[in-house]
Amino acid sequence: MNNIGKNSFDIGRMDALAAGDSLLHRLDPRAKLITTLVFIVAVVSFDKYALSAILPFFLYPIALISLGGLPYNYLLKKVLIVSPFAILIGVFNPLLDREILFHIGSVGISGGFVSFLSILLRFVLTVTAALILISLTGFNAVCESMRKFGVPKPFIVQLLFFYRYLFVMTDEADRMVRARSLRTFNSGTMSFRIFISLIGHLLLRTLDRAERIYRAMCCRGFDGHFYLIRSMKIRVPEIIFMSGWVSLFVLFRCTNVPLHLGTLITGIVP
Amino acid sequence: MTHHIVEAIDLHYTYPDGTVGLNGVSFRVSHGESVALVGENGAGKSTLLLHLNGCLTAAQGTLRIGDYPLNSKNLNEVRRSLGMVFQNPDDQLFMPTVFDDVAFGPLNFGMTKDEAKQTVLRALETAGVGHLAKRPPYKLSQGEKRSVSIATVLAMSPDILVLDEPTSSLDPRSRRRLIELLKTFEHTKIIATHDLDMALELCERTIVLHGGCVTADASTQEILQDEAFLHANSLEKPLCMQKISLWDPNKIPHHTHHHSDYTHKK
Amino acid sequence: MHMADALISPLVGATMWATTAGLIGYSAKKLKDEADDRKIPLMGVLGAFIFAAQMINFTIPATGSSGHLGGGMILAILLGPYAAFLVMASVLTVQAFFFADGGLLALGCNIFNLGFFPCFLAYPFIYKKIAGENPTQAKIATGGIIAAIVGLQLGAFAVVLETVFSGISELPFQTFVLLMQPIHMGIGIVEGLISAAVVSFVWKARPEILNSAQGVASIVKVDMKKLLLGVLIVTLITGGALSWFASSNPDGLEWSMFRTSGKEELETSEKVHASLANVQGKTAFLPDYGFKKSEPKPEASESPTWPAVDPGTSVSGLIGGFLTLVLAVLIGIVLKRRKIKSLPER
Ligand SMILES: Nc1ncnc2c1ncn2[C@@H]1O[C@H](COP(=O)(O)OP(=O)(O)OP(=O)(O)O)[C@@H](O)[C@H]1O
Ligand SMILES: [Mg+2]
Repeated sequence: MNNIGKNSFDIGRMDALAAGDSLLHRLDPRAKLITTLVFIVAVVSFDKYALSAILPFFLYPIALISLGGLPYNYLLKKVLIVSPFAILIGVFNPLLDREILFHIGSVGISGGFVSFLSILLRFVLTVTAALILISLTGFNAVCESMRKFGVPKPFIVQLLFFYRYLFVMTDEADRMVRARSLRTFNSGTMSFRIFISLIGHLLLRTLDRAERIYRAMCCRGFDGHFYLIRSMKIRVPEIIFMSGWVSLFVLFRCTNVPLHLGTLITGIVP
Repeated sequence: MTHHIVEAIDLHYTYPDGTVGLNGVSFRVSHGESVALVGENGAGKSTLLLHLNGCLTAAQGTLRIGDYPLNSKNLNEVRRSLGMVFQNPDDQLFMPTVFDDVAFGPLNFGMTKDEAKQTVLRALETAGVGHLAKRPPYKLSQGEKRSVSIATVLAMSPDILVLDEPTSSLDPRSRRRLIELLKTFEHTKIIATHDLDMALELCERTIVLHGGCVTADASTQEILQDEAFLHANSLEKPLCMQKISLWDPNKIPHHTHHHSDYTHKK
Repeated sequence: MHMADALISPLVGATMWATTAGLIGYSAKKLKDEADDRKIPLMGVLGAFIFAAQMINFTIPATGSSGHLGGGMILAILLGPYAAFLVMASVLTVQAFFFADGGLLALGCNIFNLGFFPCFLAYPFIYKKIAGENPTQAKIATGGIIAAIVGLQLGAFAVVLETVFSGISELPFQTFVLLMQPIHMGIGIVEGLISAAVVSFVWKARPEILNSAQGVASIVKVDMKKLLLGVLIVTLITGGALSWFASSNPDGLEWSMFRTSGKEELETSEKVHASLANVQGKTAFLPDYGFKKSEPKPEASESPTWPAVDPGTSVSGLIGGFLTLVLAVLIGIVLKRRKIKSLPER
């Protein structure tokens, strides 16, 4: 499978996860969206040297993955292969900030090293939270809840269109790339000229498709308005979910749980 | 509209790039009739169908749908009474879920949400895809997509059904199911197709297009037996007729009955 | 290049979110005013196109590396700035959700960096100026290339500013700029060449498409200065307000959360806390700011969050951290077990 096929397969996989049926899947998407946002803000609001204080936040992804019946390995792999940017930039920290912060035994740990680790922790947590949100909720439902929070309708509607045709377009691109590589016998490289004509044709087809879709819409009375029948309700489970997690996040954020724990242990065990 | 007729008089259409789409097309389809529209690739079938609901406007000629000539004022009514199933279901199913998609038309035509809900479920049941309501359209098979497309149109309770190549890319069983479904509709039907077996089974009448002109308009039986004519229009005798004539040259069917006997065997 | 959650502070994230939200709202309103029904499906499908096209790579001659499309410029040319901005925003949103490119908090930054500059600066002030009212192939090519390069340079510079303001990365401003701008010069040239070539391709095949886009775009141009001013004001006000809040109260966010959510609880269960604090005192605990009585003084400024540079707390922090992780995993396992057990019942 080439790059394109893999990516759309990936999206399809997440989409399939979202079609699951667990208590968490059934929660109103808005509750999950808010909780995720609070989680992310809480995690990134830590001081840059924060390390142990961040750890309790792992409870959230771990609990949700378990309760939602999501595949650990798959999500973990996804987190590990994404965006090298954070690591790329973070890796300078140990080089630039060499002031020793504390010692473990006789090894001095520099501030840069701590802040680099902190970046990695934040990265894993925030990324996982977003992936979990989608795997438990589905993209469309997230969009619809954004609409309920007042995100402008034209934006949401074209976002829904985008998601709908993402599969069609990646398929089409995939077919074109495969057809090309079958005829040129060197599947690895593509020259600029061929690349442009491929993209150009894809774009022309896209424009034609947009026209046909618009026609189909007109035939069913489209006049610029979109109606979606959705009944979302915040009920007791949603409130429990949200308030429970948010108060935990506040607790984790305001007190350093591991430090208390560690101090208790080191205090008791001399 | 009491008379669900479609009448075209001398339609001409040229695409912006100069390709001639229609070159003087005239025909009349009367209430309750079922008509097949056949012709080779690029004959102008899709172009003609796009005129019927005002997606394209003829440069010359008139169209009557129901009781009135089609114009911009009654366009909405016409679109409501003439349900169009497009060639590619991916163009027709654009909403996040099957349910939303089928509800799109009814909601646009001013139904309340509760009414729309009922209508949608009924349309999905009729098309035999009630169980797909919550699925996103991109996760359906071709046959399912086609059935849902038909449901989107049924939900608007049209008087006239127009289908563009409904059986293309369907496997034999889905095709069979679709044909049986179409048989149950009492609507006036216009079906553009390359599937001459289906034409023979569903439509008593056939219009042949060639290079944007009508080259024949007669009973399906008659047209499909005239091999010289079929050849001139880049068409071929339907398989069922060929086979039967191969097996027993004396027994060329004179009725559609024969033919349905044959195709009913699954 | 995508900005990441891990590198930004909430302050920067929130500021850029506010700015981007404003831009989305404004663009959506403009789109409504245009009242072009055709555009909504077109935007959606073009977004999907950009998404798919970004995955097709070509080989850059003589370098051995490969390049691909970014898309901001092509969108702006085909759709005009407002619609293009919205499409860019949705492409980035999907990437943030599914490929974790960046992240949700950084999404505001990313939309701004990759959407705002090409759509609202490079397109109207460079591409349009060069391509003019009746474009020729040469004009389209020059305009497209220069506009794409400038757009990406500005975007890269914004990444630098956002990172430096956040203060999570140690990279000093100067080094970072010297790192980012040349890299994005290369990326910009590739993007420019692709945009120009693809637009020329469409222009040759179907000139009417670009002409209709041209029409819309010229109506739109008038408001651009107002918009830029608006963006500047929103960014400055939000950023200013938030950083004032943060600096007047160094752990501002934290305190405010604590105040609003913890105070009452705190008063009612004072005794518990007192005794807890007692235990902690005995176990040589550096009192955290958490368990003070109702009037927290901003002494937090002197005692920063952990790790205060203290070897003792750090080691216990490490041990505790390890334990916390083990606990979290255990909870996960228990939850999973229970779930599997309860499954057949359903
Ligand atoms: N958007 C368009 N622009 C220019 N020419 C077009 C366009 N669509 C169709 N045509 C041309 O118009 C003619 C009729 O096309 P049409 O799609 O109606 O054929 P068809 O009978 O439906 O063919 P098929 O069986 O392949 O679906 C063809 O020559 C085709 O190339
Ligand atoms: Mg056709």
